[in-house]
Amino acid sequence: MTERKPPHSLEDLDARVREAQRRQAGAGPARDNEKAGGSALGMAWRVGIELVSALVVGVAIGYMLDRWLGTKPWLLIVFFVLGSAAGVLNVFRATSGLGGTVGYRKRLTDAKPDGKGKNGEG
Amino acid sequence: MAEAGAHSPLHVFQIEPIVPIHIGRYDVSFTNSALLMVIALVLTTLFLVVGMRRQALVPSRWQSLAEISYEFIANLLRDTIGNEGKRYFPIVFTIFMFVLFGNLLGLMPYSFTFTSHIIVTFALAICVFIAVTLLGIARHGLHFTTFFVPPGVSPALWPLLIPIEIISYLSRPISLSVRLFANMLAGHTLLQVFAGFVGALGLFGILPLAFVVALTGLEFLIAFLQAYVFTILTCLYINDALHLH
Repeated sequence: MTERKPPHSLEDLDARVREAQRRQAGAGPARDNEKAGGSALGMAWRVGIELVSALVVGVAIGYMLDRWLGTKPWLLIVFFVLGSAAGVLNVFRATSGLGGTVGYRKRLTDAKPDGKGKNGEG
Repeated sequence: MAEAGAHSPLHVFQIEPIVPIHIGRYDVSFTNSALLMVIALVLTTLFLVVGMRRQALVPSRWQSLAEISYEFIANLLRDTIGNEGKRYFPIVFTIFMFVLFGNLLGLMPYSFTFTSHIIVTFALAICVFIAVTLLGIARHGLHFTTFFVPPGVSPALWPLLIPIEIISYLSRPISLSVRLFANMLAGHTLLQVFAGFVGALGLFGILPLAFVVALTGLEFLIAFLQAYVFTILTCLYINDALHLH
Protein backbone atom coordinates (compact mmCIF):
# COMPACT_ATOMS: atom_id res chain seq x y z
CA MET A 1 0.00 0.00 0.00
CA THR A 2 2.85 2.35 0.74
CA GLU A 3 4.59 2.06 -2.60
CA ARG A 4 3.44 4.44 -5.28
CA LYS A 5 1.50 3.00 -8.13
CA PRO A 6 3.54 2.87 -11.30
CA PRO A 7 2.19 4.85 -14.23
CA HIS A 8 -0.27 2.96 -16.34
CA SER A 9 1.52 0.55 -18.56
CA LEU A 10 0.68 0.34 -22.23
CA GLU A 11 -0.96 -3.06 -21.77
CA ASP A 12 -3.17 -1.59 -19.09
CA LEU A 13 -4.10 1.30 -21.34
CA ASP A 14 -4.74 -1.11 -24.19
CA ALA A 15 -7.06 -3.16 -22.00
CA ARG A 16 -8.94 -0.08 -20.91
CA VAL A 17 -9.30 1.19 -24.46
CA ARG A 18 -10.63 -2.17 -25.57
CA GLU A 19 -13.02 -2.27 -22.63
CA ALA A 20 -14.31 1.19 -23.54
CA GLN A 21 -14.70 0.20 -27.18
CA ARG A 22 -16.54 -2.94 -26.19
CA ARG A 23 -18.95 -0.93 -24.08
CA GLN A 24 -19.39 1.62 -26.83
CA ALA A 25 -20.29 -1.17 -29.22
CA GLY A 26 -22.92 -2.21 -26.74
CA ALA A 27 -21.81 -5.76 -26.07
CA GLY A 28 -22.60 -5.33 -22.40
CA PRO A 29 -25.87 -6.87 -21.27
CA ALA A 30 -28.74 -4.77 -20.09
CA ARG A 31 -28.80 -4.86 -16.36
CA ASP A 32 -31.60 -3.57 -14.24
CA ASN A 33 -30.75 -0.83 -11.89
CA GLU A 34 -32.32 -1.00 -8.49
CA LYS A 35 -30.44 1.88 -6.98
CA ALA A 36 -32.91 4.48 -8.12
CA GLY A 37 -33.60 5.53 -4.56
CA GLY A 38 -30.06 6.56 -3.79
CA SER A 39 -29.58 6.81 -0.05
CA ALA A 40 -31.61 5.15 2.67
CA LEU A 41 -33.63 8.34 2.95
CA GLY A 42 -34.28 8.19 -0.78
CA MET A 43 -35.47 4.62 -0.40
CA ALA A 44 -37.76 5.67 2.44
CA TRP A 45 -39.25 8.41 0.26
CA ARG A 46 -39.66 6.00 -2.57
CA VAL A 47 -41.39 3.34 -0.46
CA GLY A 48 -43.81 5.83 1.06
CA ILE A 49 -44.73 7.36 -2.26
CA GLU A 50 -45.12 4.02 -4.04
CA LEU A 51 -47.43 2.78 -1.29
CA VAL A 52 -49.63 5.86 -1.29
CA SER A 53 -49.80 6.45 -5.04
CA ALA A 54 -51.07 2.95 -5.79
CA LEU A 55 -53.66 3.35 -3.04
CA VAL A 56 -54.76 6.70 -4.50
CA VAL A 57 -55.14 5.20 -7.97
CA GLY A 58 -57.10 2.25 -6.59
CA VAL A 59 -59.45 4.44 -4.58
CA ALA A 60 -59.93 6.83 -7.52
CA ILE A 61 -60.84 3.97 -9.86
CA GLY A 62 -63.22 2.49 -7.28
CA TYR A 63 -64.87 5.82 -6.60
CA MET A 64 -65.38 6.62 -10.27
CA LEU A 65 -66.68 3.16 -11.11
CA ASP A 66 -69.12 3.51 -8.19
CA ARG A 67 -70.35 6.85 -9.47
CA TRP A 68 -70.73 5.43 -12.95
CA LEU A 69 -72.40 2.11 -12.05
CA GLY A 70 -74.28 3.34 -8.98
CA THR A 71 -72.97 0.60 -6.70
CA LYS A 72 -72.16 3.08 -4.03
CA PRO A 73 -69.71 1.69 -1.49
CA TRP A 74 -68.81 -1.74 -2.85
CA LEU A 75 -66.41 -1.12 -5.71
CA LEU A 76 -64.67 1.53 -3.64
CA ILE A 77 -64.03 -1.07 -0.95
CA VAL A 78 -62.86 -3.66 -3.49
CA PHE A 79 -60.51 -1.25 -5.22
CA PHE A 80 -59.24 0.08 -1.91
CA VAL A 81 -58.07 -3.44 -1.10
CA LEU A 82 -56.67 -3.94 -4.60
CA GLY A 83 -54.90 -0.59 -4.42
CA SER A 84 -53.34 -1.51 -1.09
CA ALA A 85 -52.16 -4.77 -2.60
CA ALA A 86 -50.73 -2.92 -5.59
CA GLY A 87 -48.97 -0.53 -3.22
CA VAL A 88 -47.39 -3.37 -1.30
CA LEU A 89 -46.42 -4.97 -4.61
CA ASN A 90 -44.80 -1.71 -5.73
CA VAL A 91 -42.86 -1.52 -2.49
CA PHE A 92 -41.79 -5.12 -2.84
CA ARG A 93 -40.52 -4.44 -6.33
CA ALA A 94 -38.80 -1.23 -5.32
CA THR A 95 -36.98 -2.80 -2.40
CA SER A 96 -36.06 -6.07 -4.04
CA GLY A 97 -34.62 -4.32 -7.07
CA LEU A 98 -37.10 -5.49 -9.67
CA GLY A 99 -37.53 -2.04 -11.10
CA GLY A 100 -41.05 -1.63 -12.34
CA THR A 101 -41.37 -4.92 -14.12
CA VAL A 102 -44.20 -7.34 -13.84
CA GLY A 103 -43.46 -10.59 -12.06
CA TYR A 104 -42.11 -11.60 -8.73
CA ARG A 105 -38.63 -12.72 -9.61
CA LYS A 106 -35.68 -11.27 -11.42
CA ARG A 107 -35.60 -12.06 -15.07
CA LEU A 108 -33.42 -15.07 -15.72
CA THR A 109 -31.38 -13.25 -18.35
CA ASP A 110 -30.14 -10.55 -16.08
CA ALA A 111 -30.08 -12.30 -12.75
CA LYS A 112 -26.60 -11.58 -11.57
CA PRO A 113 -24.88 -12.73 -8.41
CA ASP A 114 -23.96 -9.18 -7.41
CA GLY A 115 -27.46 -7.88 -7.90
CA LYS A 116 -28.31 -8.18 -4.23
CA GLY A 117 -27.13 -6.40 -1.15
CA LYS A 118 -25.98 -3.13 -2.59
CA ASN A 119 -29.07 -1.11 -1.92
CA GLY A 120 -28.30 2.18 -0.32
CA GLU A 121 -25.34 3.20 -2.41
CA GLY A 122 -25.89 6.08 -4.74
CA MET B 1 -53.33 38.57 1.27
CA ALA B 2 -50.19 40.11 -0.12
CA GLU B 3 -49.00 41.31 3.30
CA ALA B 4 -49.76 37.96 4.91
CA GLY B 5 -48.18 36.08 2.04
CA ALA B 6 -44.93 38.02 2.19
CA HIS B 7 -44.00 36.41 5.53
CA SER B 8 -45.29 32.96 4.82
CA PRO B 9 -42.68 30.27 4.16
CA LEU B 10 -44.82 29.16 1.25
CA HIS B 11 -44.52 32.51 -0.46
CA VAL B 12 -41.72 31.21 -2.68
CA PHE B 13 -44.15 28.86 -4.35
CA GLN B 14 -46.48 31.67 -5.38
CA ILE B 15 -47.20 31.79 -9.11
CA GLU B 16 -47.31 35.35 -10.38
CA PRO B 17 -48.30 36.34 -13.88
CA ILE B 18 -45.68 38.44 -15.64
CA VAL B 19 -47.48 38.97 -18.93
CA PRO B 20 -51.22 38.43 -18.40
CA ILE B 21 -52.77 36.65 -21.37
CA HIS B 22 -56.38 35.50 -21.47
CA ILE B 23 -57.75 33.37 -24.27
CA GLY B 24 -61.47 32.93 -23.85
CA ARG B 25 -62.06 31.80 -20.30
CA TYR B 26 -58.57 30.42 -19.92
CA ASP B 27 -55.76 32.16 -18.17
CA VAL B 28 -52.62 31.40 -20.17
CA SER B 29 -50.52 34.17 -18.66
CA PHE B 30 -46.76 34.04 -18.94
CA THR B 31 -45.90 33.42 -15.29
CA ASN B 32 -42.71 33.31 -13.28
CA SER B 33 -42.92 29.52 -13.57
CA ALA B 34 -42.99 29.76 -17.37
CA LEU B 35 -40.16 32.29 -17.30
CA LEU B 36 -37.96 29.91 -15.33
CA MET B 37 -38.78 27.09 -17.76
CA VAL B 38 -37.71 29.28 -20.66
CA ILE B 39 -34.53 30.21 -18.79
CA ALA B 40 -33.85 26.52 -18.13
CA LEU B 41 -34.27 25.74 -21.84
CA VAL B 42 -32.07 28.62 -22.94
CA LEU B 43 -29.37 27.80 -20.40
CA THR B 44 -29.36 24.11 -21.36
CA THR B 45 -29.03 25.01 -25.02
CA LEU B 46 -26.28 27.54 -24.31
CA PHE B 47 -24.48 25.09 -22.03
CA LEU B 48 -24.36 22.44 -24.73
CA VAL B 49 -23.91 24.60 -27.82
CA VAL B 50 -21.27 26.90 -26.35
CA GLY B 51 -19.61 23.99 -24.57
CA MET B 52 -19.28 21.98 -27.77
CA ARG B 53 -18.44 24.89 -30.07
CA ARG B 54 -14.78 24.03 -30.27
CA GLN B 55 -14.55 20.28 -30.19
CA ALA B 56 -11.03 20.05 -28.88
CA LEU B 57 -9.35 16.73 -28.27
CA VAL B 58 -8.33 17.99 -24.85
CA PRO B 59 -11.61 19.49 -23.67
CA SER B 60 -12.00 22.84 -21.99
CA ARG B 61 -13.99 23.05 -18.77
CA TRP B 62 -17.32 23.68 -20.45
CA GLN B 63 -16.75 21.03 -23.08
CA SER B 64 -15.78 18.62 -20.34
CA LEU B 65 -19.00 19.32 -18.45
CA ALA B 66 -21.09 18.89 -21.58
CA GLU B 67 -19.34 15.63 -22.38
CA ILE B 68 -19.77 14.36 -18.82
CA SER B 69 -23.50 15.01 -18.90
CA TYR B 70 -23.75 13.33 -22.30
CA GLU B 71 -21.83 10.27 -21.16
CA PHE B 72 -23.75 10.10 -17.90
CA ILE B 73 -27.06 9.69 -19.70
CA ALA B 74 -25.58 7.50 -22.43
CA ASN B 75 -24.21 5.12 -19.80
CA LEU B 76 -27.49 5.19 -17.92
CA LEU B 77 -29.36 4.20 -21.06
CA ARG B 78 -26.90 1.45 -21.90
CA ASP B 79 -27.01 0.08 -18.38
CA THR B 80 -30.77 0.05 -18.04
CA ILE B 81 -32.01 -0.62 -21.57
CA GLY B 82 -29.02 -2.01 -23.39
CA ASN B 83 -27.88 -1.18 -26.87
CA GLU B 84 -31.37 -0.36 -28.13
CA GLY B 85 -31.52 2.41 -25.59
CA LYS B 86 -29.47 4.72 -27.77
CA ARG B 87 -32.55 5.51 -29.84
CA TYR B 88 -34.21 7.10 -26.83
CA PHE B 89 -31.23 9.23 -25.89
CA PRO B 90 -32.67 12.58 -27.11
CA ILE B 91 -35.85 12.44 -25.08
CA VAL B 92 -34.20 11.04 -21.95
CA PHE B 93 -31.39 13.58 -22.10
CA THR B 94 -33.90 16.41 -22.58
CA ILE B 95 -35.92 15.29 -19.58
CA PHE B 96 -32.81 15.00 -17.46
CA MET B 97 -31.45 18.44 -18.37
CA PHE B 98 -34.82 20.12 -18.01
CA VAL B 99 -35.48 18.69 -14.56
CA LEU B 100 -31.89 19.23 -13.44
CA PHE B 101 -31.82 22.86 -14.52
CA GLY B 102 -35.25 23.41 -13.01
CA ASN B 103 -34.05 22.05 -9.68
CA LEU B 104 -30.77 23.96 -9.75
CA LEU B 105 -32.24 27.26 -10.91
CA GLY B 106 -34.71 27.04 -8.04
CA LEU B 107 -31.80 27.20 -5.61
CA MET B 108 -30.76 30.63 -6.85
CA PRO B 109 -31.84 33.43 -4.51
CA TYR B 110 -35.07 35.20 -5.56
CA SER B 111 -35.67 32.42 -8.04
CA PHE B 112 -38.60 30.08 -8.48
CA THR B 113 -38.63 26.28 -8.59
CA PHE B 114 -41.02 25.09 -11.26
CA THR B 115 -40.37 21.46 -10.28
CA SER B 116 -41.94 22.20 -6.88
CA HIS B 117 -45.36 22.35 -8.52
CA ILE B 118 -47.19 19.08 -8.87
CA ILE B 119 -48.81 20.09 -12.13
CA VAL B 120 -45.44 20.59 -13.82
CA THR B 121 -43.97 17.30 -12.64
CA PHE B 122 -47.24 15.50 -13.31
CA ALA B 123 -47.36 16.85 -16.85
CA LEU B 124 -43.82 15.55 -17.41
CA ALA B 125 -44.65 12.21 -15.84
CA ILE B 126 -47.89 11.72 -17.76
CA CYS B 127 -46.07 12.49 -21.03
CA VAL B 128 -43.49 9.83 -20.17
CA PHE B 129 -46.25 7.42 -19.17
CA ILE B 130 -48.30 7.90 -22.34
CA ALA B 131 -45.21 7.77 -24.55
CA VAL B 132 -44.00 4.57 -22.91
CA THR B 133 -47.42 2.95 -23.18
CA LEU B 134 -47.67 3.88 -26.85
CA LEU B 135 -44.16 2.57 -27.39
CA GLY B 136 -45.13 -0.73 -25.81
CA ILE B 137 -48.24 -1.01 -27.94
CA ALA B 138 -46.34 -0.05 -31.09
CA ARG B 139 -43.64 -2.61 -30.36
CA HIS B 140 -45.80 -5.51 -29.28
CA GLY B 141 -49.33 -4.78 -30.50
CA LEU B 142 -51.95 -6.75 -28.63
CA HIS B 143 -49.20 -8.76 -27.04
CA PHE B 144 -48.70 -5.72 -24.81
CA THR B 145 -51.66 -6.81 -22.70
CA THR B 146 -49.62 -9.76 -21.46
CA PHE B 147 -47.63 -7.12 -19.62
CA PHE B 148 -50.34 -7.22 -16.98
CA VAL B 149 -50.22 -10.97 -16.59
CA PRO B 150 -47.51 -11.98 -14.15
CA PRO B 151 -45.54 -14.95 -15.44
CA GLY B 152 -45.55 -18.23 -13.60
CA VAL B 153 -48.91 -17.72 -11.91
CA SER B 154 -51.84 -20.09 -12.26
CA PRO B 155 -54.75 -18.69 -14.30
CA ALA B 156 -57.05 -19.10 -11.31
CA LEU B 157 -55.37 -16.10 -9.71
CA TRP B 158 -55.52 -13.89 -12.80
CA PRO B 159 -58.83 -12.16 -11.90
CA LEU B 160 -57.18 -10.99 -8.69
CA LEU B 161 -53.70 -10.23 -9.95
CA ILE B 162 -54.48 -8.48 -13.23
CA PRO B 163 -56.38 -5.59 -11.56
CA ILE B 164 -53.52 -5.27 -9.09
CA GLU B 165 -51.01 -5.13 -11.91
CA ILE B 166 -53.07 -2.54 -13.76
CA ILE B 167 -53.36 -0.36 -10.65
CA SER B 168 -49.65 -0.78 -10.09
CA TYR B 169 -49.00 0.32 -13.68
CA LEU B 170 -51.37 3.29 -13.45
CA SER B 171 -49.71 4.46 -10.25
CA ARG B 172 -46.43 5.01 -12.10
CA PRO B 173 -47.00 8.59 -13.26
CA ILE B 174 -48.28 9.54 -9.81
CA SER B 175 -45.32 8.11 -7.93
CA LEU B 176 -42.93 9.54 -10.51
CA SER B 177 -44.33 13.06 -10.29
CA VAL B 178 -45.02 13.11 -6.56
CA ARG B 179 -41.48 12.02 -5.75
CA LEU B 180 -39.89 14.94 -7.57
CA PHE B 181 -42.50 17.46 -6.46
CA ALA B 182 -42.49 16.39 -2.80
CA ASN B 183 -38.71 16.46 -2.55
CA MET B 184 -38.45 19.94 -3.99
CA LEU B 185 -41.41 21.29 -2.01
CA ALA B 186 -40.20 19.83 1.29
CA GLY B 187 -36.64 21.02 0.80
CA HIS B 188 -37.56 24.57 -0.11
CA THR B 189 -40.15 24.84 2.66
CA LEU B 190 -37.58 23.67 5.19
CA LEU B 191 -35.09 26.23 3.91
CA GLN B 192 -37.67 28.99 4.16
CA VAL B 193 -38.79 28.03 7.66
CA PHE B 194 -35.26 27.93 9.02
CA ALA B 195 -34.32 31.11 7.22
CA GLY B 196 -37.29 32.73 8.97
CA PHE B 197 -35.79 31.79 12.34
CA VAL B 198 -32.52 33.56 11.58
CA GLY B 199 -33.92 37.04 12.01
CA ALA B 200 -36.37 36.13 14.75
CA LEU B 201 -33.79 34.67 17.13
CA GLY B 202 -31.41 37.62 17.16
CA LEU B 203 -27.93 36.58 18.27
CA PHE B 204 -28.87 32.91 18.44
CA GLY B 205 -29.89 33.18 14.82
CA ILE B 206 -26.41 31.93 14.00
CA LEU B 207 -27.61 28.37 14.71
CA PRO B 208 -30.41 28.27 12.15
CA LEU B 209 -28.13 30.17 9.78
CA ALA B 210 -25.55 27.40 10.02
CA PHE B 211 -28.31 24.88 9.52
CA VAL B 212 -29.56 26.69 6.42
CA VAL B 213 -26.05 26.66 4.96
CA ALA B 214 -25.79 22.91 5.51
CA LEU B 215 -29.29 22.40 4.17
CA THR B 216 -28.48 24.33 1.01
CA GLY B 217 -25.66 21.88 0.36
CA LEU B 218 -28.07 19.02 0.86
CA GLU B 219 -30.53 20.67 -1.50
CA PHE B 220 -27.91 20.72 -4.25
CA LEU B 221 -27.44 16.99 -3.74
CA ILE B 222 -31.20 16.45 -3.85
CA ALA B 223 -31.50 18.57 -7.01
CA PHE B 224 -29.09 16.21 -8.78
CA LEU B 225 -30.45 13.08 -7.19
CA GLN B 226 -34.07 13.76 -8.05
CA ALA B 227 -33.25 14.61 -11.65
CA TYR B 228 -31.31 11.34 -11.77
CA VAL B 229 -34.17 9.37 -10.20
CA PHE B 230 -36.71 10.84 -12.62
CA THR B 231 -34.45 9.94 -15.52
CA ILE B 232 -33.59 6.43 -14.40
CA LEU B 233 -37.24 5.59 -13.80
CA THR B 234 -38.04 6.85 -17.29
CA CYS B 235 -35.33 4.50 -18.59
CA LEU B 236 -36.71 1.59 -16.59
CA TYR B 237 -40.19 2.23 -17.95
CA ILE B 238 -38.87 2.32 -21.51
CA ASN B 239 -37.02 -0.91 -20.81
CA ASP B 240 -40.23 -2.52 -19.55
CA ALA B 241 -42.12 -1.44 -22.64
CA LEU B 242 -39.40 -2.80 -24.94
CA HIS B 243 -38.83 -6.14 -23.25
CA LEU B 244 -42.13 -7.22 -21.80
CA HIS B 245 -41.14 -10.23 -19.75
